[in-house]
Amino acid sequence: MASEKGVILLDFWVSPFGQRARIALAEKGVQYEYKEENLTEKSELLLKANPVHKKIPVLIHDGKPVCESLIIVQYIDEVWSDKAPLMPSDPYQRAQARFWADFVDKKVYDCGSRLWKLKGEEQQAAKKEMIEILQLLEAQLGDKKYFGGDSFGFVDVAFVPFTSWFYSYETCANFSVEGVAPKIVQWAKRCMERESVAQTLSDPKKVYEFVCFLKKKFGVE
Amino acid sequence: MAESDLKLLGMWASPFVIRVRMMLEEKGLSYEYIEQDVFNKSELLLKHNPIYQKVPVLIHGARDICESLVILEYIDENWSWIGPPVLPATPYKRAIAHFWAAYIEDKLMLSFVGILRAPTEEVKAEKIAETHTILEMLEGAFKKCSMGKGFFGGDSIGYLDVILGSYLTWINAAERISGAKLLDETKMPLLVEWEKRFLAADCAKKSLPSVDQLEKHARNLQVTRWKVDSAN
Repeated sequence: MASEKGVILLDFWVSPFGQRARIALAEKGVQYEYKEENLTEKSELLLKANPVHKKIPVLIHDGKPVCESLIIVQYIDEVWSDKAPLMPSDPYQRAQARFWADFVDKKVYDCGSRLWKLKGEEQQAAKKEMIEILQLLEAQLGDKKYFGGDSFGFVDVAFVPFTSWFYSYETCANFSVEGVAPKIVQWAKRCMERESVAQTLSDPKKVYEFVCFLKKKFGVE
Repeated sequence: MAESDLKLLGMWASPFVIRVRMMLEEKGLSYEYIEQDVFNKSELLLKHNPIYQKVPVLIHGARDICESLVILEYIDENWSWIGPPVLPATPYKRAIAHFWAAYIEDKLMLSFVGILRAPTEEVKAEKIAETHTILEMLEGAFKKCSMGKGFFGGDSIGYLDVILGSYLTWINAAERISGAKLLDETKMPLLVEWEKRFLAADCAKKSLPSVDQLEKHARNLQVTRWKVDSAN
Protein backbone atom coordinates (compact mmCIF):
# COMPACT_ATOMS: atom_id res chain seq x y z
CA MET A 1 0.00 0.00 0.00
CA ALA A 2 1.32 3.44 -0.86
CA SER A 3 1.47 5.79 2.08
CA GLU A 4 -1.45 7.83 0.82
CA LYS A 5 -2.82 10.29 3.31
CA GLY A 6 -6.34 9.67 4.46
CA VAL A 7 -8.61 7.05 5.92
CA ILE A 8 -10.07 4.04 4.14
CA LEU A 9 -12.45 1.51 5.66
CA LEU A 10 -12.73 -1.94 4.06
CA ASP A 11 -16.09 -3.28 5.15
CA PHE A 12 -19.25 -5.24 4.37
CA TRP A 13 -22.60 -3.48 4.55
CA VAL A 14 -24.36 -5.62 7.17
CA SER A 15 -21.35 -6.49 9.33
CA PRO A 16 -21.92 -5.38 12.93
CA PHE A 17 -18.13 -5.40 13.34
CA GLY A 18 -17.68 -2.98 10.46
CA GLN A 19 -20.50 -0.85 11.84
CA ARG A 20 -18.59 -0.38 15.09
CA ALA A 21 -15.81 1.29 13.11
CA ARG A 22 -18.27 3.41 11.10
CA ILE A 23 -20.03 4.63 14.25
CA ALA A 24 -16.70 5.55 15.89
CA LEU A 25 -15.54 7.45 12.78
CA ALA A 26 -18.88 9.30 12.61
CA GLU A 27 -18.78 10.21 16.31
CA LYS A 28 -15.36 11.75 15.70
CA GLY A 29 -16.39 13.49 12.48
CA VAL A 30 -13.62 11.76 10.49
CA GLN A 31 -13.83 11.88 6.69
CA TYR A 32 -13.06 8.52 5.14
CA GLU A 33 -13.45 6.44 2.02
CA TYR A 34 -15.78 3.46 2.44
CA LYS A 35 -14.95 0.41 0.33
CA GLU A 36 -17.53 -2.36 0.17
CA GLU A 37 -15.90 -5.79 -0.05
CA ASN A 38 -17.29 -8.80 -1.86
CA LEU A 39 -16.58 -11.46 0.74
CA THR A 40 -16.73 -14.27 -1.82
CA GLU A 41 -14.11 -12.49 -3.92
CA LYS A 42 -11.85 -10.52 -1.61
CA SER A 43 -9.96 -7.60 -3.06
CA GLU A 44 -6.15 -7.42 -3.43
CA LEU A 45 -6.24 -4.51 -1.03
CA LEU A 46 -8.01 -6.52 1.68
CA LEU A 47 -5.68 -9.49 1.28
CA LYS A 48 -2.70 -7.16 1.51
CA ALA A 49 -4.07 -5.13 4.41
CA ASN A 50 -5.15 -8.14 6.49
CA PRO A 51 -3.02 -11.08 5.33
CA VAL A 52 -3.39 -12.92 8.65
CA HIS A 53 -7.19 -13.12 8.84
CA LYS A 54 -8.36 -11.77 5.45
CA LYS A 55 -11.40 -10.30 7.19
CA ILE A 56 -13.23 -7.00 7.38
CA PRO A 57 -13.29 -4.46 8.85
CA VAL A 58 -9.84 -3.05 8.15
CA LEU A 59 -9.07 0.61 8.73
CA ILE A 60 -6.24 1.93 6.60
CA HIS A 61 -4.88 5.20 7.99
CA ASP A 62 -2.20 6.95 5.93
CA GLY A 63 -1.39 3.58 4.35
CA LYS A 64 -1.15 1.68 7.66
CA PRO A 65 -3.73 -1.05 8.28
CA VAL A 66 -5.48 -1.65 11.61
CA CYS A 67 -7.49 -4.87 11.96
CA GLU A 68 -10.07 -6.27 14.40
CA SER A 69 -13.10 -4.08 15.10
CA LEU A 70 -12.57 -3.29 18.80
CA ILE A 71 -8.88 -2.59 18.15
CA ILE A 72 -9.96 -0.25 15.34
CA VAL A 73 -12.42 1.56 17.64
CA GLN A 74 -9.74 2.03 20.32
CA TYR A 75 -7.32 3.28 17.66
CA ILE A 76 -9.87 5.79 16.34
CA ASP A 77 -10.56 6.96 19.90
CA GLU A 78 -6.85 7.50 20.60
CA VAL A 79 -5.93 9.19 17.31
CA TRP A 80 -8.95 11.53 17.17
CA SER A 81 -8.90 12.17 20.88
CA ASP A 82 -10.02 15.79 20.66
CA LYS A 83 -13.67 14.92 20.11
CA ALA A 84 -16.28 12.56 21.62
CA PRO A 85 -14.04 10.41 23.84
CA LEU A 86 -15.30 6.82 23.83
CA MET A 87 -13.16 5.47 26.67
CA PRO A 88 -13.34 6.86 30.19
CA SER A 89 -10.15 8.32 31.67
CA ASP A 90 -10.11 6.44 34.98
CA PRO A 91 -8.14 3.13 34.81
CA TYR A 92 -10.82 1.11 36.61
CA GLN A 93 -13.64 2.51 34.44
CA ARG A 94 -11.49 1.70 31.42
CA ALA A 95 -11.03 -1.87 32.68
CA GLN A 96 -14.81 -2.21 33.07
CA ALA A 97 -15.38 -0.87 29.55
CA ARG A 98 -12.85 -3.30 28.07
CA PHE A 99 -14.33 -6.20 30.02
CA TRP A 100 -17.88 -5.56 28.81
CA ALA A 101 -16.89 -4.86 25.21
CA ASP A 102 -14.98 -8.14 25.28
CA PHE A 103 -18.07 -9.85 26.77
CA VAL A 104 -20.18 -8.61 23.84
CA ASP A 105 -17.46 -9.79 21.46
CA LYS A 106 -17.21 -13.27 22.98
CA LYS A 107 -20.92 -13.90 23.34
CA VAL A 108 -23.40 -11.99 21.19
CA TYR A 109 -22.48 -12.83 17.58
CA ASP A 110 -21.73 -16.52 18.22
CA CYS A 111 -24.87 -17.13 20.21
CA GLY A 112 -26.91 -15.08 17.73
CA SER A 113 -25.61 -17.19 14.85
CA ARG A 114 -26.67 -20.35 16.65
CA LEU A 115 -30.20 -18.95 16.93
CA TRP A 116 -30.65 -18.97 13.16
CA LYS A 117 -28.35 -21.89 12.28
CA LEU A 118 -29.81 -24.47 14.63
CA LYS A 119 -33.17 -26.06 15.25
CA GLY A 120 -34.96 -27.96 18.00
CA GLU A 121 -33.19 -28.50 21.32
CA GLU A 122 -29.93 -26.90 20.22
CA GLN A 123 -31.79 -23.75 19.21
CA GLN A 124 -33.65 -23.73 22.53
CA ALA A 125 -30.32 -23.94 24.35
CA ALA A 126 -28.98 -21.02 22.28
CA LYS A 127 -32.13 -19.02 23.02
CA LYS A 128 -31.72 -19.60 26.76
CA GLU A 129 -28.12 -18.47 26.48
CA MET A 130 -29.06 -15.34 24.49
CA ILE A 131 -31.65 -14.39 27.09
CA GLU A 132 -29.00 -14.75 29.82
CA ILE A 133 -26.57 -12.61 27.80
CA LEU A 134 -29.17 -9.87 27.26
CA GLN A 135 -30.14 -9.89 30.93
CA LEU A 136 -26.50 -9.65 32.06
CA LEU A 137 -26.02 -6.69 29.73
CA GLU A 138 -29.24 -5.13 31.02
CA ALA A 139 -28.03 -5.50 34.61
CA GLN A 140 -24.77 -3.80 33.62
CA LEU A 141 -26.63 -0.95 31.91
CA GLY A 142 -28.96 -0.48 34.88
CA ASP A 143 -30.67 2.89 34.81
CA LYS A 144 -27.83 4.65 33.01
CA LYS A 145 -28.47 6.50 29.76
CA TYR A 146 -25.67 4.59 28.07
CA PHE A 147 -23.25 1.83 29.07
CA GLY A 148 -20.72 4.65 29.22
CA GLY A 149 -22.87 6.55 31.74
CA ASP A 150 -24.01 9.97 30.53
CA SER A 151 -21.77 9.74 27.47
CA PHE A 152 -21.99 7.31 24.61
CA GLY A 153 -18.92 5.10 24.97
CA PHE A 154 -16.89 2.08 23.99
CA VAL A 155 -19.35 -0.57 25.17
CA ASP A 156 -22.24 1.24 23.47
CA VAL A 157 -20.28 1.23 20.19
CA ALA A 158 -19.41 -2.45 20.68
CA PHE A 159 -22.99 -3.59 21.26
CA VAL A 160 -25.32 -1.24 19.38
CA PRO A 161 -24.82 -2.74 15.86
CA PHE A 162 -26.27 -6.01 17.16
CA THR A 163 -29.56 -4.29 18.00
CA SER A 164 -30.53 -4.40 14.34
CA TRP A 165 -30.17 -8.18 14.56
CA PHE A 166 -32.72 -8.43 17.41
CA TYR A 167 -35.60 -8.77 14.95
CA SER A 168 -33.83 -11.73 13.29
CA TYR A 169 -33.06 -13.36 16.65
CA GLU A 170 -36.68 -12.91 17.77
CA THR A 171 -38.15 -14.24 14.53
CA CYS A 172 -35.84 -17.27 14.27
CA ALA A 173 -36.03 -18.30 17.90
CA ASN A 174 -39.50 -17.04 18.80
CA PHE A 175 -38.95 -14.74 21.75
CA SER A 176 -39.09 -11.02 22.48
CA VAL A 177 -36.02 -9.00 23.44
CA GLU A 178 -38.30 -6.38 24.98
CA GLY A 179 -39.95 -9.12 27.01
CA VAL A 180 -36.67 -10.27 28.54
CA ALA A 181 -34.58 -7.07 28.55
CA PRO A 182 -36.78 -3.95 28.21
CA LYS A 183 -34.02 -1.55 29.34
CA ILE A 184 -31.82 -2.77 26.49
CA VAL A 185 -34.60 -1.97 24.02
CA GLN A 186 -34.97 1.54 25.51
CA TRP A 187 -31.20 2.00 25.35
CA ALA A 188 -31.20 0.94 21.69
CA LYS A 189 -33.84 3.59 20.91
CA ARG A 190 -31.76 6.27 22.66
CA CYS A 191 -28.72 5.24 20.63
CA MET A 192 -30.73 5.52 17.41
CA GLU A 193 -31.30 9.20 18.24
CA ARG A 194 -27.60 9.68 17.56
CA GLU A 195 -26.82 10.46 13.94
CA SER A 196 -23.74 8.21 13.95
CA VAL A 197 -25.89 5.22 14.89
CA ALA A 198 -29.00 6.02 12.81
CA GLN A 199 -26.93 6.50 9.68
CA THR A 200 -24.91 3.32 10.21
CA LEU A 201 -27.18 0.55 11.44
CA SER A 202 -28.86 -1.64 8.86
CA ASP A 203 -32.63 -1.82 8.70
CA PRO A 204 -33.65 -4.85 10.82
CA LYS A 205 -35.81 -6.17 7.95
CA LYS A 206 -32.81 -6.04 5.61
CA VAL A 207 -30.74 -7.89 8.22
CA TYR A 208 -33.45 -10.54 8.36
CA GLU A 209 -33.41 -10.87 4.57
CA PHE A 210 -29.66 -11.37 4.80
CA VAL A 211 -30.10 -14.01 7.54
CA CYS A 212 -32.64 -15.83 5.32
CA PHE A 213 -30.12 -15.73 2.48
CA LEU A 214 -27.48 -17.24 4.80
CA LYS A 215 -29.91 -19.90 5.97
CA LYS A 216 -30.51 -20.98 2.36
CA LYS A 217 -26.80 -20.89 1.68
CA PHE A 218 -26.03 -23.10 4.69
CA GLY A 219 -28.96 -25.39 3.98
CA VAL A 220 -30.81 -24.54 7.17
CA GLU A 221 -34.55 -25.03 6.80
CA MET B 1 -5.21 2.59 48.09
CA ALA B 2 -2.45 0.63 49.82
CA GLU B 3 -0.75 -2.14 47.89
CA SER B 4 -1.72 -4.49 50.68
CA ASP B 5 -5.17 -4.13 49.13
CA LEU B 6 -4.00 -6.20 46.15
CA LYS B 7 -5.02 -9.83 45.91
CA LEU B 8 -4.73 -12.22 42.99
CA LEU B 9 -6.90 -15.30 42.64
CA GLY B 10 -4.92 -17.72 40.52
CA MET B 11 -3.92 -21.22 39.55
CA TRP B 12 -0.21 -22.07 39.38
CA ALA B 13 -0.25 -23.64 35.90
CA SER B 14 -2.52 -21.12 34.16
CA PRO B 15 -0.71 -18.94 31.60
CA PHE B 16 -3.46 -16.33 32.08
CA VAL B 17 -2.53 -16.06 35.74
CA ILE B 18 1.23 -16.34 35.14
CA ARG B 19 1.26 -13.28 32.88
CA VAL B 20 -0.50 -11.17 35.54
CA ARG B 21 2.09 -12.29 38.11
CA MET B 22 4.85 -11.35 35.65
CA MET B 23 3.37 -7.91 35.21
CA LEU B 24 2.94 -7.33 38.95
CA GLU B 25 6.58 -8.42 39.36
CA GLU B 26 7.72 -6.02 36.61
CA LYS B 27 5.93 -3.18 38.37
CA GLY B 28 7.33 -4.22 41.74
CA LEU B 29 3.86 -4.46 43.27
CA SER B 30 3.29 -6.69 46.27
CA TYR B 31 0.10 -8.66 46.54
CA GLU B 32 -1.51 -11.61 48.26
CA TYR B 33 -1.69 -14.64 45.98
CA ILE B 34 -4.58 -17.01 46.66
CA GLU B 35 -4.36 -20.36 44.85
CA GLN B 36 -7.72 -21.61 43.54
CA ASP B 37 -8.96 -25.10 42.82
CA VAL B 38 -10.47 -24.52 39.39
CA PHE B 39 -12.34 -27.81 39.44
CA ASN B 40 -13.93 -27.03 42.81
CA LYS B 41 -14.60 -23.32 42.70
CA SER B 42 -14.48 -21.35 45.93
CA GLU B 43 -17.08 -18.88 47.18
CA LEU B 44 -14.38 -16.23 46.84
CA LEU B 45 -13.93 -16.93 43.12
CA LEU B 46 -17.67 -17.04 42.44
CA LYS B 47 -18.13 -13.77 44.33
CA HIS B 48 -15.35 -11.87 42.55
CA ASN B 49 -15.90 -13.28 39.05
CA PRO B 50 -19.58 -14.18 38.81
CA ILE B 51 -19.71 -13.81 35.01
CA TYR B 52 -16.99 -16.27 34.00
CA GLN B 53 -16.01 -17.89 37.33
CA LYS B 54 -12.43 -18.16 36.13
CA VAL B 55 -8.94 -17.15 37.19
CA PRO B 56 -7.15 -14.77 37.18
CA VAL B 57 -9.09 -12.22 39.19
CA LEU B 58 -7.28 -9.14 40.49
CA ILE B 59 -8.95 -7.78 43.61
CA HIS B 60 -7.83 -4.21 44.25
CA GLY B 61 -9.61 -2.95 47.35
CA ALA B 62 -13.28 -3.01 46.43
CA ARG B 63 -12.51 -3.43 42.72
CA ASP B 64 -12.63 -6.72 40.83
CA ILE B 65 -10.81 -6.89 37.54
CA CYS B 66 -11.28 -10.02 35.41
CA GLU B 67 -9.86 -11.28 32.09
CA SER B 68 -6.06 -11.40 31.93
CA LEU B 69 -5.59 -8.89 29.11
CA VAL B 70 -7.90 -6.40 30.82
CA ILE B 71 -5.94 -6.91 34.06
CA LEU B 72 -2.60 -6.27 32.29
CA GLU B 73 -3.81 -2.93 30.94
CA TYR B 74 -5.33 -1.97 34.28
CA ILE B 75 -2.02 -2.58 36.06
CA ASP B 76 -0.15 -0.60 33.40
CA GLU B 77 -2.54 2.35 33.55
CA ASN B 78 -3.22 2.41 37.27
CA TRP B 79 0.48 2.31 38.17
CA SER B 80 1.68 4.20 35.12
CA TRP B 81 4.32 6.08 37.10
CA ILE B 82 6.18 2.88 37.93
CA GLY B 83 8.76 1.63 35.45
CA PRO B 84 8.59 1.82 31.65
CA PRO B 85 5.08 1.49 30.20
CA VAL B 86 4.17 -2.06 29.34
CA LEU B 87 2.01 -1.08 26.38
CA PRO B 88 3.60 0.79 23.46
CA ALA B 89 3.52 4.56 23.32
CA THR B 90 1.70 5.29 20.05
CA PRO B 91 -1.86 4.41 19.00
CA TYR B 92 -0.63 2.48 15.95
CA LYS B 93 1.94 0.43 17.90
CA ARG B 94 -0.71 -0.28 20.55
CA ALA B 95 -3.09 -1.47 17.83
CA ILE B 96 -0.37 -3.82 16.53
CA ALA B 97 0.33 -5.12 20.06
CA HIS B 98 -3.39 -5.73 20.65
CA PHE B 99 -3.68 -7.46 17.29
CA TRP B 100 -0.90 -9.95 18.06
CA ALA B 101 -2.20 -10.48 21.60
CA ALA B 102 -5.59 -11.45 20.15
CA TYR B 103 -3.85 -13.72 17.60
CA ILE B 104 -1.85 -15.50 20.32
CA GLU B 105 -4.96 -15.88 22.48
CA ASP B 106 -7.07 -17.27 19.65
CA LYS B 107 -4.61 -19.77 18.33
CA LEU B 108 -1.57 -20.76 20.34
CA MET B 109 -2.90 -22.59 23.37
CA LEU B 110 -5.51 -24.46 21.34
CA SER B 111 -2.75 -25.64 19.08
CA PHE B 112 -0.21 -26.93 21.60
CA VAL B 113 -2.92 -28.39 23.84
CA GLY B 114 -4.12 -30.06 20.63
CA ILE B 115 -0.74 -31.80 20.47
CA LEU B 116 -1.20 -33.09 24.00
CA ARG B 117 -4.78 -34.22 23.34
CA ALA B 118 -4.10 -35.82 19.96
CA PRO B 119 -5.70 -39.28 19.80
CA THR B 120 -3.49 -40.46 16.91
CA GLU B 121 -0.01 -39.82 15.52
CA GLU B 122 -1.60 -38.20 12.46
CA VAL B 123 -3.53 -35.65 14.46
CA LYS B 124 -0.43 -35.03 16.56
CA ALA B 125 1.64 -34.31 13.45
CA GLU B 126 -1.08 -31.95 12.19
CA LYS B 127 -1.14 -30.05 15.46
CA ILE B 128 2.66 -29.82 15.55
CA ALA B 129 2.64 -28.34 12.04
CA GLU B 130 -0.09 -25.91 13.09
CA THR B 131 1.92 -24.79 16.11
CA HIS B 132 4.94 -24.21 13.87
CA THR B 133 2.87 -22.05 11.52
CA ILE B 134 1.63 -19.94 14.42
CA LEU B 135 5.12 -19.53 15.89
CA GLU B 136 6.49 -18.60 12.46
CA MET B 137 3.84 -15.89 12.25
CA LEU B 138 4.95 -14.67 15.68
CA GLU B 139 8.58 -14.67 14.52
CA GLY B 140 7.49 -12.08 11.94
CA ALA B 141 5.58 -10.17 14.60
CA PHE B 142 8.67 -10.15 16.82
CA LYS B 143 10.81 -8.77 14.01
CA LYS B 144 8.30 -5.96 13.45
CA CYS B 145 7.59 -5.09 17.08
CA SER B 146 11.10 -5.41 18.55
CA MET B 147 12.73 -3.24 15.86
CA GLY B 148 16.06 -4.95 16.43
CA LYS B 149 15.87 -4.81 20.22
CA GLY B 150 15.65 -7.72 22.65
CA PHE B 151 11.94 -7.86 23.45
CA PHE B 152 8.58 -7.38 21.75
CA GLY B 153 8.42 -4.25 23.92
CA GLY B 154 11.81 -3.04 22.63
CA ASP B 155 14.45 -2.50 25.31
CA SER B 156 12.20 -3.59 28.12
CA ILE B 157 9.66 -6.35 28.68
CA GLY B 158 6.27 -5.39 27.36
CA TYR B 159 2.72 -6.57 26.91
CA LEU B 160 3.41 -9.15 24.19
CA ASP B 161 6.47 -10.46 26.03
CA VAL B 162 4.45 -11.43 29.10
CA ILE B 163 1.56 -12.76 27.03
CA LEU B 164 3.70 -15.07 24.88
CA GLY B 165 6.13 -15.63 27.75
CA SER B 166 3.36 -16.99 29.97
CA TYR B 167 3.03 -19.96 27.59
CA LEU B 168 6.73 -20.89 27.50
CA THR B 169 6.72 -23.60 30.16
CA TRP B 170 3.65 -25.20 28.56
CA ILE B 171 5.40 -25.16 25.19
CA ASN B 172 8.51 -26.76 26.73
CA ALA B 173 6.37 -29.40 28.45
CA ALA B 174 4.55 -30.14 25.16
CA GLU B 175 7.97 -30.54 23.48
CA ARG B 176 9.07 -33.07 26.09
CA ILE B 177 5.83 -35.05 25.98
CA SER B 178 5.51 -35.10 22.18
CA GLY B 179 9.20 -35.39 21.37
CA ALA B 180 8.82 -32.57 18.81
CA LYS B 181 10.75 -29.32 18.75
CA LEU B 182 8.19 -26.49 18.72
CA LEU B 183 10.40 -23.44 19.26
CA ASP B 184 12.81 -24.49 16.53
CA GLU B 185 15.93 -22.37 15.90
CA THR B 186 15.88 -23.29 12.22
CA LYS B 187 12.31 -22.03 11.79
CA MET B 188 12.05 -19.18 14.29
CA PRO B 189 15.58 -18.15 15.32
CA LEU B 190 14.61 -14.75 16.72
CA LEU B 191 11.98 -16.24 19.01
CA VAL B 192 14.42 -18.88 20.25
CA GLU B 193 16.85 -16.10 21.23
CA TRP B 194 14.01 -14.10 22.76
CA GLU B 195 12.97 -17.16 24.79
CA LYS B 196 16.43 -17.42 26.38
CA ARG B 197 16.46 -13.70 27.17
CA PHE B 198 12.94 -13.73 28.57
CA LEU B 199 13.46 -16.81 30.74
CA ALA B 200 16.48 -15.09 32.32
CA ALA B 201 14.33 -12.15 33.46
CA ASP B 202 13.22 -11.93 37.10
CA CYS B 203 9.53 -11.80 36.25
CA ALA B 204 9.83 -15.08 34.33
CA LYS B 205 11.91 -16.81 36.99
CA LYS B 206 9.48 -15.81 39.73
CA SER B 207 6.22 -16.58 37.92
CA LEU B 208 6.74 -19.58 35.63
CA PRO B 209 6.46 -23.07 37.10
CA SER B 210 9.25 -25.56 36.38
CA VAL B 211 9.02 -27.66 33.23
CA ASP B 212 9.17 -30.79 35.44
CA GLN B 213 6.13 -29.66 37.41
CA LEU B 214 4.18 -28.73 34.32
CA GLU B 215 5.11 -31.91 32.45
CA LYS B 216 3.77 -33.93 35.38
CA HIS B 217 0.58 -31.82 35.42
CA ALA B 218 0.06 -32.14 31.65
CA ARG B 219 0.60 -35.92 31.69
CA ASN B 220 -1.92 -36.15 34.52
CA LEU B 221 -4.45 -34.15 32.47
CA GLN B 222 -3.83 -36.45 29.51
CA VAL B 223 -4.80 -39.47 31.59
CA THR B 224 -7.54 -38.10 33.84
CA ARG B 225 -9.30 -35.45 31.74
CA TRP B 226 -8.31 -35.83 28.10
CA LYS B 227 -8.31 -39.64 28.04
CA VAL B 228 -5.23 -39.80 25.86
CA ASP B 229 -3.10 -42.92 25.82
CA SER B 230 0.03 -41.80 27.67
CA ALA B 231 2.10 -43.82 25.23
CA ASN B 232 1.50 -41.03 22.64
